[in-house]
Order: sequence, then C-alpha cells, then structure tokens
Amino acid sequence: MENYHLPDEGGHFGIYGGRFVPETLMHPLDELTKAYDAAQRDPEFHTQLQHLLTTYVGRPTPLMFAAALTRHLGGARIYLKREDLCHTGAHKINNAIGQALLAKRMGKQRIIAETGAGQHGVASATVCALLGLECIVYMGTEDMRRQELNVFRMRLLGAQVVGVDAGSRTLKDAINEALRDWVTNVETTYYLLGSALGPHPYPAMVRDFQAVIGREARQQILAVEGRLPDLLIACVGGGSNAIGLFYEFIGADEVRMLGVEAGGRGLQSGDHAARFSGGKLGVLQGTRSYVLQDDNGQIALTHSISAGLDYSAVGPEHAYLRDAERVAYTSANDDEALAAFQLLAKLEGIIPALESEHAIAEVIKTAPHMAPDKIIVVNLSGRGDKDVNTVMPLVMNQ
Amino acid sequence: MTRIQSKFHELKQAGRKAFIPYLTAGDPDLATTAKLILSLAENGADIIELGVPFSDPMADGLVIQRASERALRHQVSVRDCLDLVKQVRLHSQVPIVLFSYLNPLLSLKALGQALREVGVDGVLATDLVPEEAGDYLAEMREANVDTIFLVAPTSPDARLKRVADCCTGFIYAVSRTGVTGVRQSLSQSANHLVHRVRRFTELPIAVGFGISTPEQVAAVWQHADAAVVGSRIVAEIENLEGHEHLVERIGALTRSLVGKP
Repeated sequence: MENYHLPDEGGHFGIYGGRFVPETLMHPLDELTKAYDAAQRDPEFHTQLQHLLTTYVGRPTPLMFAAALTRHLGGARIYLKREDLCHTGAHKINNAIGQALLAKRMGKQRIIAETGAGQHGVASATVCALLGLECIVYMGTEDMRRQELNVFRMRLLGAQVVGVDAGSRTLKDAINEALRDWVTNVETTYYLLGSALGPHPYPAMVRDFQAVIGREARQQILAVEGRLPDLLIACVGGGSNAIGLFYEFIGADEVRMLGVEAGGRGLQSGDHAARFSGGKLGVLQGTRSYVLQDDNGQIALTHSISAGLDYSAVGPEHAYLRDAERVAYTSANDDEALAAFQLLAKLEGIIPALESEHAIAEVIKTAPHMAPDKIIVVNLSGRGDKDVNTVMPLVMNQ
Repeated sequence: MTRIQSKFHELKQAGRKAFIPYLTAGDPDLATTAKLILSLAENGADIIELGVPFSDPMADGLVIQRASERALRHQVSVRDCLDLVKQVRLHSQVPIVLFSYLNPLLSLKALGQALREVGVDGVLATDLVPEEAGDYLAEMREANVDTIFLVAPTSPDARLKRVADCCTGFIYAVSRTGVTGVRQSLSQSANHLVHRVRRFTELPIAVGFGISTPEQVAAVWQHADAAVVGSRIVAEIENLEGHEHLVERIGALTRSLVGKP
C-alpha cells in the first residue's frame, strides 16, 4: 500500500473509526486533537519523549534472534522484538509516556486510565509517579482477580485502582467506567486510553506512540539480515502492539503481516475474543469497527486466558487493514497460548505475557512451513511474570 | 407535523411547558412498561422518553445502568421496544421518543421505516453526533421521524449551531457535564446553555440529566421549554419492584413532579 495516510480528518479509516461519543466529549476531543497535532510539530516535545524513551523505558529494545526456537521449529528464522524488556514489562509504556507528556502540556493534573491485563494501568501509574500526576485506574473486578500482582504494583506506584463490577467485569466495563469519569470531570481530567481504540484521535495517537516498535525493528532487521522480514506477527486485543509493529511496514508490500486474536476455548464454543471470526460491523465505546455482538446489537461477553486480549471490539485501523487485505488475521486458542508459554520458557529462557503467547502460538504453526531463508519478526509485547499465578494451576493439572 | 411538534405547538398556545419522563423499556418487564407509559401520560407526561436497553450504557449513571441490566435479563430487544410502542398506540397518542445508543438501534434494518410504522415519533442516540449522522439523518427525514441530539455545556457556539441544524422536534440540553443521575442541585450551567442555544434555533429546548424534584422541574421551566426526569423515576421503579401498586405509585410521582395536586 503506497501513500497510506489514514485516518482522515474525522478519524476515519475507510468506514471504520470516527467519533461516537456523547456531545459533552466532542469539544474536549477536538481540543485533544489540536494539542496532539501541536505537540507532534514541536521538536521540544519529541526531545522530551525521546529522552524518556531512552533513559527511562530503555529503548531501543533488542531484536533477538531466537536460535533455539528456530532450530526447534525447523523453518523460517525467528526474531523476537523484545518489548517485554521495556520498563514495567510491556509495550504499553511507549504510549503512556507520550500521552502523559501531552496531558502535562495541556495542563491536566488528573489522569484516568482503564486496564485489562493491568499492563497499561501499571504503565500509566508509573508515568504518573514520574511526572507527578494524579492517577486513577479503572479495572474490571474479574481482571483484578486474574492480575492481582498488577493491582498491587499500581497501588505501590501511588495510583488509585477502582474496581468495576459491571458486565463481564473485564476491559470493556473498565472503559465504560473511565468514559463516565471523563464525561463528568472533563475540565480537569486527561483520559489516557491504552489501546488503539476509542474515539478519534485515540486510535491514531496510540498508534503513533507505539510506531517506535516498528521503526526500531526495521532498522534492526536491516542491520542483521540486510533485508526486510517476510512476515510480521503480533497479537491483537485492541491492537496497539500490533499496529505499533506493523505501521512502519504498511508501505512495504513484500512484508506480510499477521494479527492473532484470542481464540479462547475455541471459535465454535462462542467463548473467545476473535472479532474478525465472530463479529460484525458495530459501534462500541466511541468507534466503529468489528464488534462481537448478538442479533439485537447487545455486546457479547468475551473470553480469553489473557486479560489483555479479552475485549469485544478491535481497533478500527485493523478492521480497515483487514478489508484492504494488507494484514491477515487469525486466532490462537487458550491451550495453544499455554503451550507456547511453556515452549518459549524452556527453549529461550523467556517467560512472555499470555497475550504475546498468542503470537508465538501462530509462529509455532507457521514457521515450520516456511523455508529456512525466510524471516519472521514477532512482537513479544510483554513479559509474563504477571501471568504466573494464572498459569500455575493449569500447568500443574497437565 | 409529527406528534412531538404538535405537542409543543399545543403547549405553546396554552402557555405551558412540557414534562418528559424517561423509562427503560422492559424494566421490570414489557407489560408493566406499557402500563407505566399510559399512567405517565394520564398524570402529566407530555412526551415519553423510552429507553432501549443497551449492554454498555457509557452515558448513564448507576440507576439507569441497573435498569438496562434488569431489562436485558429477559433479552429485551429493539424489536420488543417497537412492539411495545405498537401496543401503546392502541390506547394513547402520547408522543414517544426512543432514547438509546447507536449499536442496538443499528441492529434493525430500515430503522426509520420501522420506527414510523409502529408510531415512534423521535429518536435520540446518545453516542451519535452530527459528524457521523449523515445517513441516519437522511433515513429519519425520509421516515418523518424527529431526530433529537444532545448539546452540552462544553459545546462551543459552532457546535451548538451544528447540532441545532440536525435536530427536529426539540433539542436536548444536558444540564451539566456527566452521566445521567440525580443531583442535589440544578447547575446554573443549564440556564446558561439554554440561553446560548436559543440564539441558534427556534426549536423547543428540553433540559435533562440530574433533574429529580418538583422544584427543579419548575426551575427548568423558567428558562427552557421542557424538563426531562429519568433516574428519579427509574429509581422509584427499582424500589417498588414487585409492588402491587407500582403503576399507581409512579403515576403519583409524576403528578408531584409536575406540581399537580
């Protein structure tokens, strides 16, 4: 795809995206868009951001050749983009730092955020601690149970974690509550949205802050292999780590891209978060995209072993890239993710996040069918310490 | 003229203001909602706002969230809401506005025509703004269904004008930033907003969000053309769930809100 310049001024990626919010939020979204555009044009903002990414996050993250995994699978050469080595343990902080700096520029002292797996909540709490901002994190009570460790981390970092006891008590419900807070306290509050979702400008802004992943990966693979990869693989919940890796490569048609959704207990079971398999066009939480829903337009409950992929809608840019056939989407189920979790731990000495394991599960399926001179870059979006509690009983029962 | 437009015309002739209560369809069940609508109409409601329940009501406070949950426990759909209006139309010509979110409304093919056929007079989707409403507006105009949009204290003049240009029937002014739900006091920002909106439209202006007492209704009527009361009534329905005189009690609440003896 050449000359890819989406979204349009209204935040549309083709028929997807846009702004579907109560009127109260429209002007604040306009102001946010203006402030973001101004920041992007301001070299001082980039200097600040770059400084923190280098000295605080630890960027650039390594691109690591997974020699043992490559040998084990006997196909394409596999490289891992090590976002798990970012400060706080996932790619989420790339966006959290960018938006928190923006909030400061806008003079907002009160930050609210939603979180699913807790990684975005931890990243937000961390950045707020660093920059001296108040931080309130909304989190579904089911996710608080699954990600107890992250709840504690957020509280250690000085954030207030507010449990949301509605719906499926997961990410979707946390976003509803964050939106309710924002619409009430919009004068004083900055909503630090964590994925490539929600009303414009969030999907584009989050993508831009995460695009550092792909920019680095491109330079790094050129340095070691002298050419671009054949295939990129990333897991897709809302889709921020995936679009972060993919964006830099959208214009390079020889690079195939594959997004992996959460197949949960299997697509037939209905207990999954594979929006592109079971969803249809809809409007949820500010944006138009593929949404898992019933015939009456009620949003379906989702299931995934990984809290971070457990969401009923997918980022609007992914919906567009799928229609345009630039990115293909597939899914990996809970069992496949769990198997990948154990394999990567044993072969590479890396315990990745369950979210990222969905991408590794796809590597396990795909790499053996590719020639040994082919190259895969997979986004290892986060580390798995937070998931050990979830995984322990499952592994012990095997 | 739609039933909504006729109603405001009639009220203006009589020098009166409108009272618009809100109910969630299917709370506690559809048969009771039908009775409640008739009771509201008999006891002082000029227009009914009928909420179509949605699983993710991001603009609503806890009271209306819980009402949606109760309705969705027995799978109340948009189709059910339309059947409900059809039933009510056998007994009453009270104007009815559907109040919901875009996603459940979009589950109906040919929404405008469907609303028209059963006698729905207007529609308001809280998460739809003029920027995204092109096709929707065309469809509703074609079906002669009024389109009501929100204006908010945060809307600058350019937006007030843009929203007003998309409205027919009336304009709904949000009394203050926030979600639906009872507030202790009525914010001054509501009056200010009503006066700002007047500069851009001849349409009647309704004020809602947080209005819960007869005094607040009367205060809204000082400046605006209609007062919307939602959470106060829905909370009472919740409190009286299973009560044999639920319908009468809600009728009495309505009378007290409009200051009728």
